[in-house]
Amino acid sequence: MSIPAPKESIRLLSGNEAIARGAFEAGVRVASAYPGTPSTEILENFARYDGVYAEWAPNEKVAVEVAIGASMAGVRAMAAMKHVGVNVAADPIFTVSYTGVRGGLVIVTADDPELHSSQNEQDNRHYAVAAKIPMLEPSDSSEAKEFTRLAFELSEKFDTPVFLRTTTRISHAKGTVRLEEPVAPAFLPGFIPDAAKWVMLPVNGKRRHAVVEERMNALREFAETFYENRTEWGDRSLGIVTSGVSYQYVKEAFPDASVLKIGLAYPLPERLFREFAAGVSRLVVVEELDPHLETHVKSLGIRAQGKERIPIVGELDPRIVRQAITGEAIPVRAPEPVPSRPPNLCPGCPHRGLFFALKKLKVTVTGDIGCYTLAALPPLGAMDTCICMGASIGNAHGMEKALGQDGAGKVVAVIGDSTFLHSGVTGLMNVVYNRGTSTTILLDNDITAMTGAQQNPATGKTLQGEPTRRTDLPALCRALGVEHVYTVDPHDMEQTEKVLRREVARPEPSVIITKAPCALLPDHRRKKRPVYEVIADLCTGCKACSRLGCPAIEWVPFTPEEAVAAGKKATQKGMARISPLLCDGCNQCPPLCKFRAILEKKP
Amino acid sequence: MTVAQGDVFLAGVGGQGTLLASEVLCDAFLLSGYDVKKSEIHGMAQRGGSVTTHLRFGPKVFSPLIEPGRADLLVAFEKVEALRFAHYLRPGGCMVVNAQEISPPAVATGQERYPADVPERLAAVTDRLYLVDALAAALSLREVRAVNMVMIGAASRFLPLPEEAYEKALKGSLPERIVAVNVDAFRAGRSLLSPANLRTDPHTVRGGDR
Repeated sequence: MSIPAPKESIRLLSGNEAIARGAFEAGVRVASAYPGTPSTEILENFARYDGVYAEWAPNEKVAVEVAIGASMAGVRAMAAMKHVGVNVAADPIFTVSYTGVRGGLVIVTADDPELHSSQNEQDNRHYAVAAKIPMLEPSDSSEAKEFTRLAFELSEKFDTPVFLRTTTRISHAKGTVRLEEPVAPAFLPGFIPDAAKWVMLPVNGKRRHAVVEERMNALREFAETFYENRTEWGDRSLGIVTSGVSYQYVKEAFPDASVLKIGLAYPLPERLFREFAAGVSRLVVVEELDPHLETHVKSLGIRAQGKERIPIVGELDPRIVRQAITGEAIPVRAPEPVPSRPPNLCPGCPHRGLFFALKKLKVTVTGDIGCYTLAALPPLGAMDTCICMGASIGNAHGMEKALGQDGAGKVVAVIGDSTFLHSGVTGLMNVVYNRGTSTTILLDNDITAMTGAQQNPATGKTLQGEPTRRTDLPALCRALGVEHVYTVDPHDMEQTEKVLRREVARPEPSVIITKAPCALLPDHRRKKRPVYEVIADLCTGCKACSRLGCPAIEWVPFTPEEAVAAGKKATQKGMARISPLLCDGCNQCPPLCKFRAILEKKP
Repeated sequence: MTVAQGDVFLAGVGGQGTLLASEVLCDAFLLSGYDVKKSEIHGMAQRGGSVTTHLRFGPKVFSPLIEPGRADLLVAFEKVEALRFAHYLRPGGCMVVNAQEISPPAVATGQERYPADVPERLAAVTDRLYLVDALAAALSLREVRAVNMVMIGAASRFLPLPEEAYEKALKGSLPERIVAVNVDAFRAGRSLLSPANLRTDPHTVRGGDR
């Protein structure tokens, strides 16, 4: 499917869709990314425009390197990632700041205050400061599109990569956006050799550092008059400095206040801040996470309030802003106590069988980033650590080396297919090279599932739907030097457990690939599978099946009277039931019932 | 002329189609000339988890988030989810709740019980509570996945848009082969709450000046 030719019209777009649109309108030709919430939909949407090339890279470092290459070749290019992805990509980012660009180069960092779907809450405005790269910060979908276009213009005007920073409430909030025509490209594609610019040997790097500092001075001057650093004069008794989505909360909470809205989050203006501060009697800086604007304002010797009132943890909203500034508590109804409803592995998820087996083995499981991270929650509770993409294998190796003989056969690493290709390969290489004995379990469900089913190098399809060569995962593991590589079907829990016990005990590195498709893949869903049911007469209420944590298996509690009425002993507390609406027919639960009460449902 | 404005909070369980339903609702407002903002959380396998959407419409909308205690309308696709987010409703706000029960994990594994007094506790929050059996309505259309549109149909009784706006939005945002059943589901939901059985003014949203 491709998006029809642009017409001037108003659409309702998410911030991510708006960035994709902005990149298209800016004439971007090459974009690369690794999926990560809340950034994923940027590339998914960009990929649908005509005449563009968009790809999933194995990780964010590669994505940025691809975008740099395209920029060097004279076309506008973009790399998109979530905040922690910038950590992975930081190496090329810090140096492309030195080389500068040819075609405009924009790196999108989608931060996640409140960590709705992340392992930390880092504030990536620090990266702009550390890498000396200007950063634009839109405050809604409309600005997300405008600022994307602007970012490419600034990139070429100042010969610099540009960061575009969003947060979850920009990325995943929808607002109205005016569509426009794409612009013509600024350059003819072609690489122009220029070693002093592109080859960062120390001698050239030193010269380029001076260029970067000159550029920062020029950008600081630009920041003073940049129209997206905007003063909205109102009631002068309260002046608020803000940026990003916080601007919306401020406008809602204090519609009459004077506001200095910062669109360029780095570098920051000086005169503009001084003028604004001089024009108001009380100055408050309202920003999510770290005191980035506040530190700058205070470094100018301006008296301002900030993090002593505005929370440093989590998202803001209009109510938090109102309370923080007025100091008055606004009474609201307390949330009702109700059973919590955390996300869960889906019915039919192949990972569930594996983690059930792992729990029986009582091993320490170093985990990674993916749907399977949910296996850390009860009732499975079968994952002990989770640091970042690709960390599980290194973590297991380190534990093993620390524990010596005491740890032998007690630690395993789990990692998904996409995550393994993202940054697990080097960890496994290290296990082999450094004479480790770890067992690595590679959960291959044929897709990058957590972010909503994106292709990866092992799935056989590209982002734009082209068939492609697949990375052969068993052959890759063998090529790294792992001699023991076995593939099992995780729905067959008996066999899985057997192989697990054997390989965990083996004093050599081994890889077990659990291979079964994600239950949400369309091909899988279309397949006819049996539905299972609990035969009420046979169920003793032992709960062996509910320990699987499958959403389709429900517990029906009994009172003693109800138990007797159902023909059970008065002491039976309840029985299990399988929801026919939810059962995926994976066959993991029937073998768990020693009373053989779970049977295929007759049509 | 004053343009109505309002805050609609949608809550459900991952997999129920909450996000698609809010998408359709949002489009209906956009097609009717409102400024709209919508914020939702997805990403980490939310299937089975608690899913919410904040939808705000009016002549000009700033914050994409609804403040606790300010929603005009809470549309809950599951009973316990209505209770979980009841504190978002403003005093006098309206609640349209699907009577369906989906056991949270602690209930499904027998550690906790599904609260038996949800309707009573909801009624204590507002006297404008409408419990509907959206699952039964969807099953009567032989499409269990249409529960979400039944709910939007019922909720539409409290919103200032004509029926055509929703149907236009459905046609615009769904694949053609499932438009008809979703339009039917919407109508079924709308007829669950006929003006005759509404105890109060059907339009729950505010006028132009708040």
